[in-house]
Amino acid sequence: MASPPSLLSMSGITKSFPGVRALDGVDLDVQAGEVHCLLGQNGAGKSTLIKVLAGAHQPDTGTIRWRGEEVVLRSPIAAMRLGIATIYQELDLVEHLSVAENVHLGHEPTAAGFVVRRRTAKASTAALLKRLGHPEIDPGRLVGDLSAAQQQIVSMARALSHDVRLIVMDEPSAALDPDEVDNLFRIVGDLTADGVAVVYISHRLEEIRRIGDRVTVLKDGRAVAGGLPAKTTPTREVVSLMTGRTMEYVFPERPAAPPTGTPVLQVRGLARDGEFAPLDLEVHAGEIVGLAGLVGSGRSEILETVYGARKPTAGQVLVEGRPLRPGSVRAAVRAGVGLAPEERKAQALLMLESVTRNVSVSSLSRFSRAGWIDRGAERAAARAATRELSLRPDNPSVPVRTLSGGNQQKAVLARWLLRGCRVLLLDEPTRGVDVGARAELYAVVRRLADEGLAVLLVSSEVPEVLGLADRVLVLREGSVVHTAPAGELDEHRVLDLVMEGSPAS
Amino acid sequence: MTQHVSPPRDGTGKTAPAGELPAWRGLMGRTDVRTLSLLGVLAALVVIGGVTKPDEFLDTRNLQLVLTQASVIGVVTVGMTFVITSGGIDLSVGAIVALASVWATTVATQEYGFAGILFTAVIVGVGCGLVNGLLIAYGGMVPFIATLAMLASARGLALQITDGRTQIVTVDGILDLGERDSYVLGVPPLVLVFAAVTIAGWLVLNRTTFGRRTVAVGGNAEAARLAGIDVRRQRLYLYLLSGLCCGIAAFLLIVLSGSGQNTNGNLYELDAIAAAIIGGTLLSGGRGTITGSVLGVLIFTTITNIFALNNLQSDVQQIAKGAIIVAAVLVQRRTASTT
Repeated sequence: MASPPSLLSMSGITKSFPGVRALDGVDLDVQAGEVHCLLGQNGAGKSTLIKVLAGAHQPDTGTIRWRGEEVVLRSPIAAMRLGIATIYQELDLVEHLSVAENVHLGHEPTAAGFVVRRRTAKASTAALLKRLGHPEIDPGRLVGDLSAAQQQIVSMARALSHDVRLIVMDEPSAALDPDEVDNLFRIVGDLTADGVAVVYISHRLEEIRRIGDRVTVLKDGRAVAGGLPAKTTPTREVVSLMTGRTMEYVFPERPAAPPTGTPVLQVRGLARDGEFAPLDLEVHAGEIVGLAGLVGSGRSEILETVYGARKPTAGQVLVEGRPLRPGSVRAAVRAGVGLAPEERKAQALLMLESVTRNVSVSSLSRFSRAGWIDRGAERAAARAATRELSLRPDNPSVPVRTLSGGNQQKAVLARWLLRGCRVLLLDEPTRGVDVGARAELYAVVRRLADEGLAVLLVSSEVPEVLGLADRVLVLREGSVVHTAPAGELDEHRVLDLVMEGSPAS
Repeated sequence: MTQHVSPPRDGTGKTAPAGELPAWRGLMGRTDVRTLSLLGVLAALVVIGGVTKPDEFLDTRNLQLVLTQASVIGVVTVGMTFVITSGGIDLSVGAIVALASVWATTVATQEYGFAGILFTAVIVGVGCGLVNGLLIAYGGMVPFIATLAMLASARGLALQITDGRTQIVTVDGILDLGERDSYVLGVPPLVLVFAAVTIAGWLVLNRTTFGRRTVAVGGNAEAARLAGIDVRRQRLYLYLLSGLCCGIAAFLLIVLSGSGQNTNGNLYELDAIAAAIIGGTLLSGGRGTITGSVLGVLIFTTITNIFALNNLQSDVQQIAKGAIIVAAVLVQRRTASTT
């Protein structure tokens, strides 16, 4: 290794979670005073890598060198003591505490060891905020009263309140207006001029070009390119590094002719202020329509609004020509709409219950008379539905939590199959599902469509949308920027659209 | 109930990892282990009672007394079990019992006789439950706060009605129910009511859509909502149910004591919560057991009885109760964390 040693050098980092190898021998080299960008699609391993760097995850194997010395980051505190600070996408501030209290949380300036010197804390916080170009933020205000951009500044002030040598920023610009982004870049410039290194994660190539020095590209848990020059590497090369897959997905065949007739699901001018712009779409029986876009593009919000879990600010949803009462899940379910939500465990499954009870929960009235459940009929119906989806193990009385991710997803699908729904909304259907089990899930979805369901699919994994859907709507920041049959799009083009916003070269 | 587990058929290679199978067996086994251990504790208490006071404890009259005392708090606990299973809490049960018992024993109510007293007790209980339910389900109030407010108000109203005086019941039909002549095959009628409420509660929780929805709301309210369950209406019904149980309990208390007092039902909320928790109902919701709750009530009542027979004061009883709650929850945490 050349001297002087790098500020940070991670090599051969691996990290596995049950069923998923999130990091598979990643190397990352960061010099003092540089902006090092991390690029990669969702699920490429970026979050896991920065959590390892922050001491929040322990790597299974691999070494981390800090200024040439091997270190073990046992905890977030250990990382912080070395001078590594992380600003997460979901800000980890305490809303009910003041700005100054948040900045000094865990290392309050004290007198006699325990009396917080509030005036000192406020003064040093004010100095930090001034340095960050936001002297207007009052250190005494509650964090909960601040805007998202201001909260991010507070988060950054907290990082700087330590003697920090390296700051990790996870998509810091996602919640910011353009002029706030300019301020962010100025701060990043000041920091690096002081010799602080910044690890910068963003989906926006133009930002990386503006402030980045070097780029490391992650894909499927591997660093496929390390230390590329950020300003001169062609977009084409970066995109192909991000997409060039080693893993081939197997997608079921599409029907020969596109379905026609009256659409089962019609969305007309549906909008939610601040989340997504008025949207029109139609899904026919037997058709799978995909929404492609990055995190924050409004994908999940759209699905949840169609489903009635969020109340739209404008527009309406029609199922088989009949408008649904807006903002009512029960109306949607009664009309034959089913949702397989993104957060399966938090939003769909009753983790303490058996597969049978998870499957039957939306159709209880079918197995009951005057509220009395016919458990034999319930079991038989649940078994039939799970068998049709080849859910394993073939025993619906096991607790749902013992199933693998793919089979848990099948349990959710079986719920709607049993209910006899006409419209299926799929939000990230293969999140947390083993790569090997995905093909089977794709086949299941296609079969359900072939049997006459209208499917609306949302996924951050572009190949999944392109491979599974018949028609694709590309979203960028809450607006549809492109619509086309899936066969006419490829991954490069979709990524160009979601990152650059216009149909690029 | 026996469970037969067929080995996972490995058709796709995507079955649950083999190592997880014992975990689920443990889960199903644990339900039975918990019930058995509660029965074991109860049996041990009976032995202790029989050894320390062989003549008095095992006397039929004493056993009848224990069961009668368990009936009032037991009926309240059945309702509480539903509320806790749904992820809620009802702190107002004791106060509702007090209010229902005094409202049903005013001079004016007693003019309507047996039916008037029964009807009033039940209606007052249901009415209080309705207010709780509306505040929580549709007013968006936290159950702890809403029922705490009901606790304060109902006790205050009970005091206002009685002016602190004990209201003696003069209706013969009520008083007769407490007499030995009305025992059925040696079982006091109050105990029969308790048994009926227990069986009904068990059936509703385990065999009806209402019970299923209760468990679903408690296990994961967001998932229940997205599955199409009317979570708010379910919550309203649950507090109504708890209020109904309080009304029935108030009636039993009137029969038992032949009077209505504003101090009735003191700290019932804590006894009912404690009994449900040691019985195995999760305070966080999503799992509830009527059998466990009833065993919890019987354990507490038996302890009280044994201590009283041995002339140990109520301070010692309280300490013992506290220790049992801690021990039961620690055991549950241990069994939960090993899976």
